[in-house]
Amino acid sequence: MVQQQELETVDININMGPQHPSTHGVFRMVLTVDGEKVIDVEPHIGYMHRGGEKLSENMDYRQGIGYQDRTDYLTQFLNEQAYCMAVEKLTKLEVPERAEYLRVILCELNRITSHLMFIGAFGIDLGLFGTSFMYAFREREYIQDIFEEVSGERMMYGYFRPGGVVWDVPENFVQRVREVLPQTKQGLKDLDMLLTNNEIFVARSKGVGAISAEDAIDWGLTGPMLRASGVPWDLRKDQPYSVYDRFDFDIPIGQYGDVYDRYLVRLEETHQSIRIVEQALEQLPEGPILPEKLPRKLRAPEGEVYAAVENARGEYGIYIVSKGGDKPYRLKIRSPSFSNLSALRTMTIGNYIADAVAILGSVDIVLCDVDR
Amino acid sequence: MIGILKAMYVTFAMTLRKPVTIEYPTKHREVPQRDRAFPILLWDKDVDEPFCTGCHACERACPVECMTVTMKDNPLHADDKSKRRKIIDEFWIDYGRCMRCNICVEVCNFEAIAMNNTWAGHELSKFDRNDLVLDLDQLLSQHKQEKIDTWVAE
Repeated sequence: MVQQQELETVDININMGPQHPSTHGVFRMVLTVDGEKVIDVEPHIGYMHRGGEKLSENMDYRQGIGYQDRTDYLTQFLNEQAYCMAVEKLTKLEVPERAEYLRVILCELNRITSHLMFIGAFGIDLGLFGTSFMYAFREREYIQDIFEEVSGERMMYGYFRPGGVVWDVPENFVQRVREVLPQTKQGLKDLDMLLTNNEIFVARSKGVGAISAEDAIDWGLTGPMLRASGVPWDLRKDQPYSVYDRFDFDIPIGQYGDVYDRYLVRLEETHQSIRIVEQALEQLPEGPILPEKLPRKLRAPEGEVYAAVENARGEYGIYIVSKGGDKPYRLKIRSPSFSNLSALRTMTIGNYIADAVAILGSVDIVLCDVDR
Repeated sequence: MIGILKAMYVTFAMTLRKPVTIEYPTKHREVPQRDRAFPILLWDKDVDEPFCTGCHACERACPVECMTVTMKDNPLHADDKSKRRKIIDEFWIDYGRCMRCNICVEVCNFEAIAMNNTWAGHELSKFDRNDLVLDLDQLLSQHKQEKIDTWVAE
Protein backbone atom coordinates (compact mmCIF):
# COMPACT_ATOMS: atom_id res chain seq x y z
CA MET A 1 0.00 0.00 0.00
CA VAL A 2 1.42 3.31 -1.07
CA GLN A 3 1.32 5.86 1.63
CA GLN A 4 0.03 9.12 0.35
CA GLN A 5 2.47 11.88 1.14
CA GLU A 6 1.49 15.44 1.35
CA LEU A 7 3.28 17.39 -1.38
CA GLU A 8 4.32 20.89 -0.62
CA THR A 9 5.12 23.61 -3.10
CA VAL A 10 8.08 25.91 -2.64
CA ASP A 11 8.60 29.30 -4.23
CA ILE A 12 11.96 29.54 -5.92
CA ASN A 13 14.11 32.50 -6.82
CA ILE A 14 15.40 32.98 -10.33
CA ASN A 15 18.10 35.42 -11.26
CA MET A 16 17.37 37.12 -14.53
CA GLY A 17 20.38 39.13 -15.58
CA PRO A 18 22.69 40.97 -15.36
CA GLN A 19 23.96 39.01 -18.36
CA HIS A 20 20.65 38.06 -19.86
CA PRO A 21 20.00 38.63 -23.54
CA SER A 22 16.63 40.26 -23.00
CA THR A 23 17.37 42.65 -20.16
CA HIS A 24 18.50 45.46 -22.51
CA GLY A 25 21.78 46.02 -20.76
CA VAL A 26 23.07 45.05 -17.37
CA PHE A 27 19.90 44.83 -15.36
CA ARG A 28 19.17 42.13 -12.81
CA MET A 29 15.75 40.97 -11.75
CA VAL A 30 15.37 38.50 -8.93
CA LEU A 31 12.11 36.77 -9.74
CA THR A 32 10.28 34.77 -7.09
CA VAL A 33 8.25 32.24 -9.01
CA ASP A 34 5.50 29.87 -8.12
CA GLY A 35 5.62 27.42 -10.98
CA GLU A 36 5.50 29.61 -14.06
CA LYS A 37 3.91 32.58 -12.32
CA VAL A 38 5.91 35.49 -11.05
CA ILE A 39 4.88 36.39 -7.54
CA ASP A 40 7.57 38.90 -6.70
CA VAL A 41 10.24 40.90 -8.48
CA GLU A 42 13.24 42.59 -7.01
CA PRO A 43 15.09 44.77 -9.48
CA HIS A 44 18.80 45.44 -8.99
CA ILE A 45 20.31 48.40 -10.76
CA GLY A 46 23.65 50.16 -10.60
CA TYR A 47 25.83 48.00 -12.82
CA MET A 48 26.27 50.86 -15.27
CA HIS A 49 26.80 53.65 -12.76
CA ARG A 50 29.51 56.03 -13.96
CA GLY A 51 28.79 59.08 -11.84
CA GLY A 52 27.76 61.31 -14.72
CA GLU A 53 26.08 63.78 -12.40
CA LYS A 54 29.13 64.12 -10.19
CA LEU A 55 31.48 64.37 -13.17
CA SER A 56 29.37 67.19 -14.58
CA GLU A 57 30.15 69.27 -11.51
CA ASN A 58 33.75 69.42 -12.66
CA MET A 59 32.89 70.28 -16.25
CA ASP A 60 32.14 73.70 -17.62
CA TYR A 61 28.94 74.24 -19.54
CA ARG A 62 30.41 73.19 -22.86
CA GLN A 63 32.24 70.12 -21.60
CA GLY A 64 29.12 68.86 -19.86
CA ILE A 65 27.33 68.27 -23.15
CA GLY A 66 29.42 65.21 -23.88
CA TYR A 67 28.14 63.56 -20.73
CA GLN A 68 24.52 64.11 -21.73
CA ASP A 69 25.06 62.04 -24.86
CA ARG A 70 26.19 59.21 -22.68
CA THR A 71 23.17 58.94 -20.41
CA ASP A 72 20.42 57.95 -22.80
CA TYR A 73 22.46 56.79 -25.74
CA LEU A 74 19.47 56.39 -28.05
CA THR A 75 18.13 59.94 -27.77
CA GLN A 76 21.32 61.96 -27.57
CA PHE A 77 20.01 65.08 -29.31
CA LEU A 78 17.05 65.28 -26.93
CA ASN A 79 19.30 65.04 -23.89
CA GLU A 80 21.58 67.73 -25.25
CA GLN A 81 18.49 69.83 -25.86
CA ALA A 82 17.45 69.49 -22.20
CA TYR A 83 20.92 70.38 -20.95
CA CYS A 84 21.27 73.35 -23.30
CA MET A 85 17.80 74.58 -22.37
CA ALA A 86 18.71 74.49 -18.69
CA VAL A 87 21.93 76.41 -19.29
CA GLU A 88 20.14 78.91 -21.51
CA LYS A 89 17.54 79.48 -18.82
CA LEU A 90 20.30 80.02 -16.28
CA THR A 91 22.39 82.39 -18.38
CA LYS A 92 19.39 83.97 -20.17
CA LEU A 93 20.74 83.22 -23.64
CA GLU A 94 18.45 83.75 -26.62
CA VAL A 95 18.51 80.98 -29.19
CA PRO A 96 18.25 82.09 -32.84
CA GLU A 97 15.27 80.87 -34.84
CA ARG A 98 17.28 78.72 -37.22
CA ALA A 99 18.99 76.91 -34.38
CA GLU A 100 15.62 76.17 -32.76
CA TYR A 101 14.29 74.68 -35.96
CA LEU A 102 17.41 72.63 -36.55
CA ARG A 103 17.13 71.34 -33.00
CA VAL A 104 13.51 70.36 -33.50
CA ILE A 105 14.24 68.56 -36.77
CA LEU A 106 17.15 66.63 -35.31
CA CYS A 107 15.29 65.84 -32.09
CA GLU A 108 12.29 64.46 -33.91
CA LEU A 109 14.46 62.39 -36.23
CA ASN A 110 16.20 61.13 -33.11
CA ARG A 111 12.86 60.17 -31.63
CA ILE A 112 12.15 58.12 -34.75
CA THR A 113 15.47 56.28 -34.51
CA SER A 114 14.85 55.56 -30.84
CA HIS A 115 11.37 54.20 -31.47
CA LEU A 116 12.65 52.14 -34.39
CA MET A 117 15.16 50.64 -32.00
CA PHE A 118 12.32 49.86 -29.59
CA ILE A 119 10.13 48.25 -32.25
CA GLY A 120 13.03 46.14 -33.44
CA ALA A 121 14.12 45.03 -29.98
CA PHE A 122 10.54 44.45 -28.86
CA GLY A 123 10.14 41.89 -31.62
CA ILE A 124 13.09 40.01 -30.19
CA ASP A 125 11.58 40.14 -26.71
CA LEU A 126 8.43 38.52 -28.01
CA GLY A 127 10.37 35.77 -29.75
CA LEU A 128 10.52 37.15 -33.25
CA PHE A 129 14.12 36.24 -33.68
CA GLY A 130 16.00 39.04 -35.38
CA THR A 131 13.57 39.82 -38.20
CA SER A 132 12.04 43.02 -36.89
CA PHE A 133 15.39 44.02 -35.41
CA MET A 134 17.15 43.86 -38.76
CA TYR A 135 14.37 45.68 -40.61
CA ALA A 136 14.22 48.42 -37.99
CA PHE A 137 17.98 48.82 -37.98
CA ARG A 138 18.12 49.19 -41.73
CA GLU A 139 15.61 52.05 -41.58
CA ARG A 140 17.38 53.54 -38.60
CA GLU A 141 20.64 53.58 -40.51
CA TYR A 142 19.33 56.00 -43.15
CA ILE A 143 18.56 58.57 -40.47
CA GLN A 144 21.80 57.79 -38.67
CA ASP A 145 23.64 58.71 -41.87
CA ILE A 146 22.07 62.17 -41.77
CA PHE A 147 23.21 62.61 -38.18
CA GLU A 148 26.69 61.59 -39.21
CA GLU A 149 26.77 64.05 -42.07
CA VAL A 150 25.56 66.83 -39.78
CA SER A 151 27.59 66.25 -36.65
CA GLY A 152 30.37 63.92 -37.74
CA GLU A 153 29.60 61.27 -35.16
CA ARG A 154 27.43 58.20 -35.29
CA MET A 155 26.51 58.05 -31.65
CA MET A 156 27.84 60.77 -29.35
CA TYR A 157 26.95 63.79 -31.43
CA GLY A 158 27.87 66.68 -29.13
CA TYR A 159 26.21 69.00 -31.63
CA PHE A 160 24.06 71.33 -29.54
CA ARG A 161 25.60 74.19 -27.60
CA PRO A 162 24.09 76.55 -25.05
CA GLY A 163 22.70 79.22 -27.37
CA GLY A 164 22.27 77.18 -30.50
CA VAL A 165 24.13 74.51 -32.41
CA VAL A 166 27.88 74.31 -32.87
CA TRP A 167 28.02 74.65 -36.66
CA ASP A 168 25.57 74.92 -39.50
CA VAL A 169 24.16 71.87 -41.23
CA PRO A 170 25.53 70.89 -44.65
CA GLU A 171 24.03 72.62 -47.67
CA ASN A 172 22.10 69.59 -48.86
CA PHE A 173 20.61 68.89 -45.42
CA VAL A 174 16.99 69.75 -46.24
CA GLN A 175 17.13 67.76 -49.46
CA ARG A 176 18.71 64.79 -47.67
CA VAL A 177 16.03 64.72 -44.97
CA ARG A 178 13.30 64.95 -47.62
CA GLU A 179 14.93 62.01 -49.40
CA VAL A 180 15.05 59.89 -46.29
CA LEU A 181 11.55 60.56 -44.92
CA PRO A 182 9.67 58.54 -47.60
CA GLN A 183 12.09 55.67 -47.01
CA THR A 184 11.37 55.84 -43.29
CA LYS A 185 7.65 55.90 -43.95
CA GLN A 186 7.95 52.82 -46.13
CA GLY A 187 10.06 51.11 -43.48
CA LEU A 188 7.51 51.88 -40.79
CA LYS A 189 4.79 50.53 -43.02
CA ASP A 190 6.75 47.30 -43.44
CA LEU A 191 7.19 46.98 -39.69
CA ASP A 192 3.53 47.79 -39.18
CA MET A 193 2.52 45.02 -41.58
CA LEU A 194 4.99 42.62 -40.03
CA LEU A 195 3.89 43.11 -36.43
CA THR A 196 0.72 45.06 -35.67
CA ASN A 197 -1.90 42.56 -36.81
CA ASN A 198 0.30 39.50 -36.60
CA GLU A 199 -1.75 37.04 -34.55
CA ILE A 200 1.25 35.60 -32.74
CA PHE A 201 2.50 39.06 -31.83
CA VAL A 202 -0.93 40.14 -30.62
CA ALA A 203 -1.40 36.96 -28.59
CA ARG A 204 1.90 37.55 -26.82
CA SER A 205 1.34 41.23 -26.08
CA LYS A 206 -2.34 42.04 -25.70
CA GLY A 207 -3.56 42.28 -22.12
CA VAL A 208 -0.08 41.69 -20.69
CA GLY A 209 1.35 43.96 -18.02
CA ALA A 210 -1.50 46.42 -17.99
CA ILE A 211 -1.24 49.43 -15.72
CA SER A 212 -4.13 51.77 -14.98
CA ALA A 213 -3.97 55.50 -15.49
CA GLU A 214 -4.07 56.14 -11.72
CA ASP A 215 -1.21 53.74 -11.07
CA ALA A 216 0.78 55.18 -13.94
CA ILE A 217 0.48 58.68 -12.51
CA ASP A 218 1.25 57.43 -9.01
CA TRP A 219 4.46 55.78 -10.16
CA GLY A 220 5.51 58.92 -12.00
CA LEU A 221 5.51 57.35 -15.41
CA THR A 222 5.96 59.67 -18.35
CA GLY A 223 6.17 59.40 -22.09
CA PRO A 224 4.68 56.55 -24.11
CA MET A 225 4.26 54.47 -20.94
CA LEU A 226 1.87 57.04 -19.48
CA ARG A 227 0.13 57.80 -22.75
CA ALA A 228 -0.52 54.10 -23.36
CA SER A 229 -2.59 54.16 -20.17
CA GLY A 230 -4.78 56.87 -21.65
CA VAL A 231 -3.31 60.02 -20.13
CA PRO A 232 -2.63 62.55 -22.89
CA TRP A 233 0.40 64.14 -21.26
CA ASP A 234 3.17 65.33 -23.53
CA LEU A 235 5.54 68.14 -22.62
CA ARG A 236 5.66 69.23 -26.24
CA LYS A 237 1.97 70.10 -26.02
CA ASP A 238 1.41 70.77 -22.34
CA GLN A 239 4.50 72.84 -21.56
CA PRO A 240 5.60 73.88 -25.04
CA TYR A 241 9.32 74.51 -25.21
CA SER A 242 11.51 75.51 -28.14
CA VAL A 243 9.21 76.10 -31.15
CA TYR A 244 6.89 73.14 -30.71
CA ASP A 245 3.82 75.37 -30.37
CA ARG A 246 4.14 76.23 -34.07
CA PHE A 247 3.58 72.71 -35.33
CA ASP A 248 0.45 70.74 -35.80
CA PHE A 249 0.69 67.22 -34.41
CA ASP A 250 -1.36 64.79 -32.37
CA ILE A 251 -0.60 62.99 -29.16
CA PRO A 252 -1.49 59.31 -29.60
CA ILE A 253 -2.91 57.65 -26.50
CA GLY A 254 -3.66 54.05 -25.67
CA GLN A 255 -6.69 52.53 -24.04
CA TYR A 256 -5.71 49.66 -21.77
CA GLY A 257 -2.12 50.49 -20.87
CA ASP A 258 -0.88 47.03 -21.76
CA VAL A 259 2.23 46.02 -23.64
CA TYR A 260 0.44 46.09 -27.00
CA ASP A 261 -0.81 49.63 -26.43
CA ARG A 262 2.69 50.83 -25.64
CA TYR A 263 3.87 49.42 -28.92
CA LEU A 264 1.01 51.09 -30.81
CA VAL A 265 1.61 54.44 -29.14
CA ARG A 266 5.27 54.39 -30.07
CA LEU A 267 4.53 53.34 -33.63
CA GLU A 268 2.08 56.20 -34.03
CA GLU A 269 4.50 58.65 -32.44
CA THR A 270 7.01 58.01 -35.19
CA HIS A 271 4.40 59.10 -37.75
CA GLN A 272 3.71 62.25 -35.73
CA SER A 273 7.45 62.96 -35.58
CA ILE A 274 7.62 62.69 -39.36
CA ARG A 275 4.79 65.22 -39.53
CA ILE A 276 6.70 67.63 -37.29
CA VAL A 277 9.88 67.23 -39.33
CA GLU A 278 8.04 67.92 -42.56
CA GLN A 279 6.51 71.09 -41.15
CA ALA A 280 9.81 72.23 -39.66
CA LEU A 281 11.59 71.74 -42.99
CA GLU A 282 8.97 73.93 -44.66
CA GLN A 283 9.42 76.70 -42.12
CA LEU A 284 13.22 76.42 -41.65
CA PRO A 285 14.49 80.01 -41.73
CA GLU A 286 17.92 81.28 -42.74
CA GLY A 287 20.06 83.13 -40.27
CA PRO A 288 22.64 82.71 -37.57
CA ILE A 289 22.92 79.53 -35.54
CA LEU A 290 24.49 81.00 -32.42
CA PRO A 291 23.70 84.27 -30.61
CA GLU A 292 25.88 87.18 -31.67
CA LYS A 293 27.29 88.02 -28.29
CA LEU A 294 28.34 84.62 -27.06
CA PRO A 295 31.11 84.82 -24.47
CA ARG A 296 34.16 82.66 -25.02
CA LYS A 297 33.66 81.06 -21.66
CA LEU A 298 30.09 80.80 -20.47
CA ARG A 299 29.62 82.00 -16.89
CA ALA A 300 26.33 81.56 -15.11
CA PRO A 301 24.89 83.70 -12.32
CA GLU A 302 23.77 82.17 -9.04
CA GLY A 303 20.49 80.34 -9.23
CA GLU A 304 18.59 77.13 -9.77
CA VAL A 305 16.84 76.01 -12.92
CA TYR A 306 14.93 73.01 -14.13
CA ALA A 307 14.38 72.33 -17.80
CA ALA A 308 12.69 69.28 -19.22
CA VAL A 309 12.09 67.89 -22.67
CA GLU A 310 9.86 65.13 -23.91
CA ASN A 311 12.39 62.41 -24.54
CA ALA A 312 11.49 59.30 -26.54
CA ARG A 313 11.03 57.60 -23.16
CA GLY A 314 9.40 60.39 -21.20
CA GLU A 315 10.32 63.52 -19.34
CA TYR A 316 14.07 64.05 -19.39
CA GLY A 317 14.83 66.86 -16.99
CA ILE A 318 18.00 68.68 -16.02
CA TYR A 319 18.19 70.48 -12.72
CA ILE A 320 21.16 72.78 -12.29
CA VAL A 321 22.21 74.59 -9.17
CA SER A 322 24.74 77.29 -9.87
CA LYS A 323 26.79 79.27 -7.37
CA GLY A 324 28.29 81.44 -10.08
CA GLY A 325 31.29 80.61 -12.19
CA ASP A 326 31.60 78.42 -15.24
CA LYS A 327 30.64 75.11 -13.66
CA PRO A 328 27.40 73.86 -12.14
CA TYR A 329 27.45 73.39 -8.37
CA ARG A 330 25.10 70.44 -8.67
CA LEU A 331 23.52 68.78 -11.65
CA LYS A 332 20.64 66.36 -11.33
CA ILE A 333 19.20 64.34 -14.14
CA ARG A 334 15.57 63.31 -14.00
CA SER A 335 15.79 60.30 -16.24
CA PRO A 336 12.59 58.82 -17.66
CA SER A 337 13.97 55.27 -17.78
CA PHE A 338 14.50 55.21 -14.03
CA SER A 339 11.00 56.43 -13.20
CA ASN A 340 9.38 54.15 -15.74
CA LEU A 341 11.30 51.18 -14.41
CA SER A 342 9.92 51.77 -10.91
CA ALA A 343 6.52 50.48 -12.04
CA LEU A 344 8.03 47.16 -13.12
CA ARG A 345 6.98 45.33 -9.97
CA THR A 346 3.35 46.40 -10.24
CA MET A 347 3.19 45.34 -13.86
CA THR A 348 5.01 42.04 -13.58
CA ILE A 349 3.47 40.40 -10.53
CA GLY A 350 0.92 37.76 -11.51
CA ASN A 351 2.27 37.27 -15.02
CA TYR A 352 4.27 34.40 -16.50
CA ILE A 353 8.05 34.47 -16.65
CA ALA A 354 8.00 34.77 -20.44
CA ASP A 355 5.76 37.81 -20.12
CA ALA A 356 8.19 39.42 -17.68
CA VAL A 357 10.57 39.71 -20.64
CA ALA A 358 7.87 41.33 -22.76
CA ILE A 359 6.97 43.78 -19.99
CA LEU A 360 10.56 44.78 -19.41
CA GLY A 361 10.97 45.25 -23.14
CA SER A 362 7.89 47.44 -23.34
CA VAL A 363 9.27 49.82 -20.70
CA ASP A 364 12.03 50.52 -23.24
CA ILE A 365 14.73 51.27 -20.70
CA VAL A 366 18.23 52.39 -21.44
CA LEU A 367 20.38 51.20 -18.58
CA CYS A 368 22.89 54.01 -18.98
CA ASP A 369 20.00 56.37 -18.35
CA VAL A 370 18.78 54.45 -15.30
CA ASP A 371 22.15 54.37 -13.58
CA ARG A 372 23.72 57.50 -15.09
CA MET B 1 -4.30 34.22 -39.97
CA ILE B 2 -4.49 37.28 -42.23
CA GLY B 3 -1.95 39.06 -40.04
CA ILE B 4 0.52 36.21 -40.34
CA LEU B 5 0.07 36.07 -44.10
CA LYS B 6 0.68 39.81 -44.30
CA ALA B 7 3.86 39.39 -42.24
CA MET B 8 4.95 36.55 -44.53
CA TYR B 9 4.36 38.83 -47.51
CA VAL B 10 6.67 41.45 -45.99
CA THR B 11 9.44 38.95 -45.34
CA PHE B 12 9.17 37.47 -48.83
CA ALA B 13 9.19 40.94 -50.39
CA MET B 14 12.38 41.66 -48.44
CA THR B 15 14.20 38.71 -49.98
CA LEU B 16 13.95 40.44 -53.36
CA ARG B 17 15.55 43.63 -52.10
CA LYS B 18 19.21 44.39 -52.65
CA PRO B 19 21.26 44.00 -49.48
CA VAL B 20 22.28 47.26 -47.86
CA THR B 21 25.22 45.84 -45.97
CA ILE B 22 28.86 46.16 -47.00
CA GLU B 23 31.48 43.45 -46.52
CA TYR B 24 33.38 45.62 -44.11
CA PRO B 25 37.01 44.59 -43.78
CA THR B 26 37.42 44.23 -47.53
CA LYS B 27 35.25 47.18 -48.54
CA HIS B 28 35.05 50.53 -46.80
CA ARG B 29 32.05 52.76 -46.71
CA GLU B 30 32.71 56.36 -47.61
CA VAL B 31 32.92 58.55 -44.53
CA PRO B 32 31.35 62.01 -44.63
CA GLN B 33 33.61 65.03 -44.67
CA ARG B 34 32.67 66.00 -41.13
CA ASP B 35 33.49 62.56 -39.81
CA ARG B 36 35.07 62.74 -36.38
CA ALA B 37 37.58 60.06 -35.59
CA PHE B 38 40.41 61.04 -33.24
CA PRO B 39 42.23 64.39 -33.20
CA ILE B 40 45.43 64.75 -35.21
CA LEU B 41 47.88 67.63 -35.49
CA LEU B 42 48.36 69.49 -38.75
CA TRP B 43 51.62 70.27 -40.52
CA ASP B 44 52.37 73.69 -42.00
CA LYS B 45 53.88 72.70 -45.34
CA ASP B 46 54.96 76.24 -46.22
CA VAL B 47 57.29 76.66 -43.28
CA ASP B 48 57.85 72.95 -42.66
CA GLU B 49 56.83 72.94 -39.03
CA PRO B 50 53.66 72.13 -37.12
CA PHE B 51 50.93 74.75 -36.79
CA CYS B 52 50.74 74.07 -33.10
CA THR B 53 52.43 76.53 -30.77
CA GLY B 54 51.77 74.55 -27.62
CA CYS B 55 49.44 77.16 -26.11
CA HIS B 56 47.64 74.62 -23.87
CA ALA B 57 44.18 75.81 -24.97
CA CYS B 58 43.08 72.33 -26.02
CA GLU B 59 44.67 70.74 -22.99
CA ARG B 60 42.66 72.97 -20.68
CA ALA B 61 39.40 72.54 -22.60
CA CYS B 62 39.58 68.77 -22.82
CA PRO B 63 36.83 67.25 -20.63
CA VAL B 64 38.66 63.96 -20.12
CA GLU B 65 42.20 65.35 -19.82
CA CYS B 66 43.65 63.10 -22.46
CA MET B 67 46.25 65.59 -23.71
CA THR B 68 49.68 66.62 -22.49
CA VAL B 69 51.38 69.59 -24.11
CA THR B 70 54.71 71.33 -23.63
CA MET B 71 56.12 74.25 -25.61
CA LYS B 72 59.58 75.53 -26.46
CA ASP B 73 61.21 78.51 -28.23
CA ASN B 74 61.03 78.12 -31.97
CA PRO B 75 64.52 77.66 -33.48
CA LEU B 76 63.18 78.66 -36.91
CA HIS B 77 61.97 81.97 -35.50
CA ALA B 78 65.51 82.83 -34.44
CA ASP B 79 66.63 82.23 -38.05
CA ASP B 80 63.74 84.43 -39.25
CA LYS B 81 62.15 81.59 -41.19
CA SER B 82 58.99 81.39 -39.15
CA LYS B 83 56.59 83.83 -37.53
CA ARG B 84 55.94 81.53 -34.59
CA ARG B 85 57.93 82.55 -31.52
CA LYS B 86 56.94 79.42 -29.61
CA ILE B 87 56.47 75.96 -31.01
CA ILE B 88 55.23 72.64 -29.77
CA ASP B 89 57.86 70.58 -28.01
CA GLU B 90 56.05 67.44 -26.88
CA PHE B 91 52.46 66.45 -27.43
CA TRP B 92 50.72 63.30 -26.26
CA ILE B 93 47.11 62.32 -26.82
CA ASP B 94 45.75 59.23 -25.14
CA TYR B 95 43.31 57.87 -27.72
CA GLY B 96 42.08 55.39 -25.15
CA ARG B 97 40.71 58.28 -23.14
CA CYS B 98 39.61 60.67 -25.86
CA MET B 99 35.83 60.93 -26.16
CA ARG B 100 35.89 62.64 -29.56
CA CYS B 101 33.89 65.66 -28.45
CA ASN B 102 35.58 68.04 -30.90
CA ILE B 103 36.13 70.71 -28.21
CA CYS B 104 39.90 70.79 -28.78
CA VAL B 105 39.30 71.69 -32.43
CA GLU B 106 36.82 74.39 -31.45
CA VAL B 107 39.12 76.15 -29.01
CA CYS B 108 42.28 76.02 -31.13
CA ASN B 109 43.29 79.52 -32.21
CA PHE B 110 45.78 78.37 -34.84
CA GLU B 111 43.75 75.66 -36.58
CA ALA B 112 46.53 73.33 -35.63
CA ILE B 113 44.39 70.39 -34.58
CA ALA B 114 41.60 68.65 -36.48
CA MET B 115 39.51 65.57 -36.20
CA ASN B 116 40.76 62.83 -38.48
CA ASN B 117 38.12 62.24 -41.13
CA THR B 118 39.69 59.23 -42.84
CA TRP B 119 39.37 55.54 -42.22
CA ALA B 120 42.89 55.48 -40.77
CA GLY B 121 41.47 57.30 -37.77
CA HIS B 122 38.98 54.56 -37.07
CA GLU B 123 41.06 51.43 -37.46
CA LEU B 124 43.37 51.78 -34.52
CA SER B 125 43.28 48.40 -32.82
CA LYS B 126 46.44 47.71 -30.89
CA PHE B 127 47.68 44.82 -28.79
CA ASP B 128 48.87 47.03 -25.96
CA ARG B 129 46.82 49.78 -24.41
CA ASN B 130 49.89 51.98 -24.07
CA ASP B 131 50.27 52.03 -27.84
CA LEU B 132 47.17 54.21 -27.94
CA VAL B 133 49.10 57.07 -26.36
CA LEU B 134 50.37 58.88 -29.45
CA ASP B 135 53.35 61.22 -29.38
CA LEU B 136 54.02 64.29 -31.53
CA ASP B 137 55.55 62.43 -34.49
CA GLN B 138 52.70 59.97 -34.69
CA LEU B 139 50.10 62.72 -34.42
CA LEU B 140 51.72 64.74 -37.19
CA SER B 141 52.70 61.93 -39.53
CA GLN B 142 49.37 61.49 -41.31
CA HIS B 143 48.94 65.11 -42.34
CA LYS B 144 52.66 65.40 -43.11
CA GLN B 145 52.69 62.52 -45.55
CA GLU B 146 49.36 62.61 -47.32
CA LYS B 147 46.85 65.23 -48.24
CA ILE B 148 43.88 65.09 -45.90
CA ASP B 149 40.86 67.22 -46.53
CA THR B 150 40.26 68.06 -42.89
CA TRP B 151 37.11 69.88 -41.93
CA VAL B 152 37.12 72.60 -39.30
CA ALA B 153 33.97 74.65 -38.76
CA GLU B 154 34.30 78.41 -38.97
